[in-house]
Amino acid sequence: MDFDKLGLKMGLEIHQQLNTMHKLFCPCKTELIDKDYDNIIKRNLRPTQSELGEIDRAAYAESIQKLNFKYESYNSETCLVECDDEPPYSLNEEALEISIIIGELLNMHIVDEFHTMRKQVIDGSNTGGFQRTGLVATNGHLDTPYGKVIIESLGLEEDACRRIETTDDFTEFRLDRLGIPLAEITTDPSMHHPEQVREVAYMIGQILRSTNVKRGLGTIRQDVNISIEKGARVEIKGVQNLDLFNKIVENEIQRQLTLIEIKDELKSRNAKVIEEIYDLDEIFENTESKILSSAESIKGIVLKGFGGLIGKEVQKGRRFGTEIASYAKKRGVSGIFHTDELPAYGISSNEVEKLKKSLNLDENDAIIIVAHNEKIAISALEEVKKRANLAFKGVLEETRKALEDGNTEYMRPLPTANRMYLETDIPSFKIEKKLVKSIKDNLPELPDVKKERIINEYKLSEDLANQIVKKGICDDFECIIPSLKLDSITIASVLAYDIPEIKREGHNTYNLDNNKLISIFSLVENGKISKDAISNLMIKVCESPNSNIEKIAEDNNLTLLSEDKVIEIISEIVKNNAKMIEERKMSAMGPLMGMSMKKLKGKADGSLVNKVVKDEIQKQLNT
Amino acid sequence: MDKRKYLIGDLMSYKKISKYFLDNSNVSVGDTITITKTDIEYKGILLDRNDNSEDGYIVLKLDSGYNIGINIENSEVNLVEKGNKPKIGYDNKQIAKSDKKENISIISTGGTVSSIIDYKTGAVHPAFTAEDLLKANPELLDLANYEVKALYNILSENMKPEYWVEASKSIADDISSGSDGVVVAHGTDTLHYTSAALSFMLETPVPIVITGAQRSSDRPSTDASLNLINSVKVAKSNIGEVVVCMHETLDDSSCLVHQGTKVRKMHTSRRDTFRSINTEPIATVKNDNIIINSDYSYFKRGKRDLRLNNDIEYKVGYIKSFPGITNELIDYHIDKGYKGILIEGTGLGHIPDYIVDSIKRAKEENIAIVMSSQCLYGRVNMNVYSTGRKLVDADIISGEDMTPETAYVKLCWVLGQSNQINEVKELMNKNIAGEISSKSSVKNFLN
Ligand SMILES: [Zn+2]
Repeated sequence: MDFDKLGLKMGLEIHQQLNTMHKLFCPCKTELIDKDYDNIIKRNLRPTQSELGEIDRAAYAESIQKLNFKYESYNSETCLVECDDEPPYSLNEEALEISIIIGELLNMHIVDEFHTMRKQVIDGSNTGGFQRTGLVATNGHLDTPYGKVIIESLGLEEDACRRIETTDDFTEFRLDRLGIPLAEITTDPSMHHPEQVREVAYMIGQILRSTNVKRGLGTIRQDVNISIEKGARVEIKGVQNLDLFNKIVENEIQRQLTLIEIKDELKSRNAKVIEEIYDLDEIFENTESKILSSAESIKGIVLKGFGGLIGKEVQKGRRFGTEIASYAKKRGVSGIFHTDELPAYGISSNEVEKLKKSLNLDENDAIIIVAHNEKIAISALEEVKKRANLAFKGVLEETRKALEDGNTEYMRPLPTANRMYLETDIPSFKIEKKLVKSIKDNLPELPDVKKERIINEYKLSEDLANQIVKKGICDDFECIIPSLKLDSITIASVLAYDIPEIKREGHNTYNLDNNKLISIFSLVENGKISKDAISNLMIKVCESPNSNIEKIAEDNNLTLLSEDKVIEIISEIVKNNAKMIEERKMSAMGPLMGMSMKKLKGKADGSLVNKVVKDEIQKQLNT
Repeated sequence: MDKRKYLIGDLMSYKKISKYFLDNSNVSVGDTITITKTDIEYKGILLDRNDNSEDGYIVLKLDSGYNIGINIENSEVNLVEKGNKPKIGYDNKQIAKSDKKENISIISTGGTVSSIIDYKTGAVHPAFTAEDLLKANPELLDLANYEVKALYNILSENMKPEYWVEASKSIADDISSGSDGVVVAHGTDTLHYTSAALSFMLETPVPIVITGAQRSSDRPSTDASLNLINSVKVAKSNIGEVVVCMHETLDDSSCLVHQGTKVRKMHTSRRDTFRSINTEPIATVKNDNIIINSDYSYFKRGKRDLRLNNDIEYKVGYIKSFPGITNELIDYHIDKGYKGILIEGTGLGHIPDYIVDSIKRAKEENIAIVMSSQCLYGRVNMNVYSTGRKLVDADIISGEDMTPETAYVKLCWVLGQSNQINEVKELMNKNIAGEISSKSSVKNFLN
């Protein structure tokens, strides 16, 4: 694809959870909870007046109908603030300080005074019906290999509730995630190549990771907005895997181009959406289609001039019909049938013929069929009509969800400008120049810089340094190392590989604090245990974190043997293999070394074993 | 919560430095401006600033919708476009009335029944017209015809006994002009004082329902809507009493109907803050049903003729006993010419025995002293301990099982009826509006 010719423009929006002690406006911990909830709270939200405009009671009733929510709450892990039953507490200054650090790392300009706003969100994900958010910084930039990218804004806001389940009647949320501080970073929409977006996302990720942010699945969310010259702006939510990014962009461009093609074709055919909704129960009276025969009612509409286009692929494996279906699904149907794909799904060619004949269609026309109870079927078909009519506009401004195969799925129309008003329960917060300066003077080292430094300073390999930085254990490493004479590579490898490995095996490695690690490494340094025994000793320390470490080593037989004892054991092995030594002379060294190490693993230093084996063979040969 | 909001116009203005700066730059609130500093330029709409905030800053609403405060030091302002202070409100269209529906009066006293948010500036404006109210709650249209009036506009905590008098008069007027029920929208802080006052002042043939909101009506999660809608249902019902209708639980699913003299705000912020004390609620409103508590006897609609008796005495003191209380507090009220004092005593109705002298002095000055309990639950009984008996001897009046607030309001009203201490005592101990129950049920505690 020629991105320049297409006029591709992209921007990034990144949401990152901050790793603060408390939530943004209440004292609850910033952790997700997986145990059973203590209470369920049932709520409704109603659109506020200015969003409604004229009194349209039907539309109003419909909007209210969809706004039934249940919230799972806890007696101690969440509080009344998340329930919207207590005013918010003061702004969490720890979160603001982390945001200022991020802002400075992104070369941004910090605002003089932070004002908390309410951004209307009535999908239930916020108990108040709004998200609290404020602007921390503007006017930043990042220098990328593809040129400078402007960072438009940095916001500090509350994360929303976790969606647990959606049924026809209500949506259920859990309050645990609501209120966790989120940094929201927005770039300008000036990026022209997917690789550049990837690079910027990577760079921002690196910057975020050098500050106190949460790590792991779901703690960072990336949204991308994409437009091409002839298309429209589309926001793609939840791009988890950056490797998929090129594919997502190409698929989206393909989708937009195909929709434009469909639009042109519809216009040239003089296509039209017929208003009437037809009862099709009679035609499918004896149908073998299980979905149709089990439904309360079967209804359909006619799309004049849409024939063949509904089945047209807009993305790999997704047809224009899929786009239409995703609108219908918002009304509670599981899917639609369209004549471009029929006969199929148990619907016979005979039935299709009958259908076309009774509705008086030619081959350029299409029929959309929905099977459900009458009310839902009609409301789903109304959505289908709406989407079909919008096809004459080509590409629509939409919010879409990134799918794992690199495709995207319709979520909702792109929201209009943010509707924000002041959160009157929270005073504005003056950001002192002194605070900004002291933060600026103590900015954390960025990951790449840190990696280069520790490679040089501690003579680590690139790979080892990479692991140390990526796993965020550099501070631990640099805290341990000054108290020890042991070589830095051994210490780094234990931190980067051995501890994660015993953690994977299920040991509680949280018990291995830096002081314990220093004690363990000191035992190696003083010749009490061998390097090979470190892992086993760490496991035992995890199991009994309160016992004396040297004693643990002794009790578990992990300490080194005395040189005499080592000589005794090896001399025994050598004697038992006298025959082999006679035959192979010094080349018996290899196998004997193997046998000795096997017997002495973790109990004698390798170089000592090597020396003793050599001496003992010599001795044996000399006798 | 958020009560400050409807006073926003009064509380907001620029102070000295900022005002001078803005005036000099020839820009005013509502204008689109740019403000340029050495390293940054912002563009946005100039907003008002909260009075309590530091001088030397101005507030801009940026295109993104965010507000920020900007320090005006070393900055330059330029006008981009003159703006008007936005006018908020809708055309006051007449809403058709139907003969088939009841006529319900809605009286607002200052709690925001509904608000309009101006998203351009982010300002929240109170809405008091019927049109506004119905726009925010279109379901109301199906329930009744409405007559809506804003009686006054004060914060609930600033409520004074004078306002009870005014409100009772206004409600009586509505009822005599044919209202089938009255809903009073009230701030929650002192709502239970007002409900008690109206209970004593009005004998009513129709329901008088007082309601409020713990979460302001400018937010989509407000409890105002359910409370208001259910209050209208109660106002149409058969309950011919002064009642309070508020959320039953944290859920938006039902409301309780409390007797106006037996209810109290029991939580600073929860929606289900109002609880019946020493009794059970009269009814529960769930969906379209009003489920009446069958143990409850109440005046039915039309059972009584309208009677207004809103004479009250304003000079009534309210003193809470505490370890360390001194005679001065009582003496002060005596010296200042108070006609009555409500004491919120400890336990069964006690104050330290060294206070008894002051009580005796009050008796000599013909001042009515009523004892209630800060336990809230249970009944005053001053016969059990010796201090109590000294109080009885000093002619202190028992508040029985009234809440201290109801006992205070009743004392104001009773002193408006008579200044003869024996008559005052008799009226205080007589059940006028369901405020005193003859016995104490096991059931009525912490629910
Ligand atoms: Zn909380």
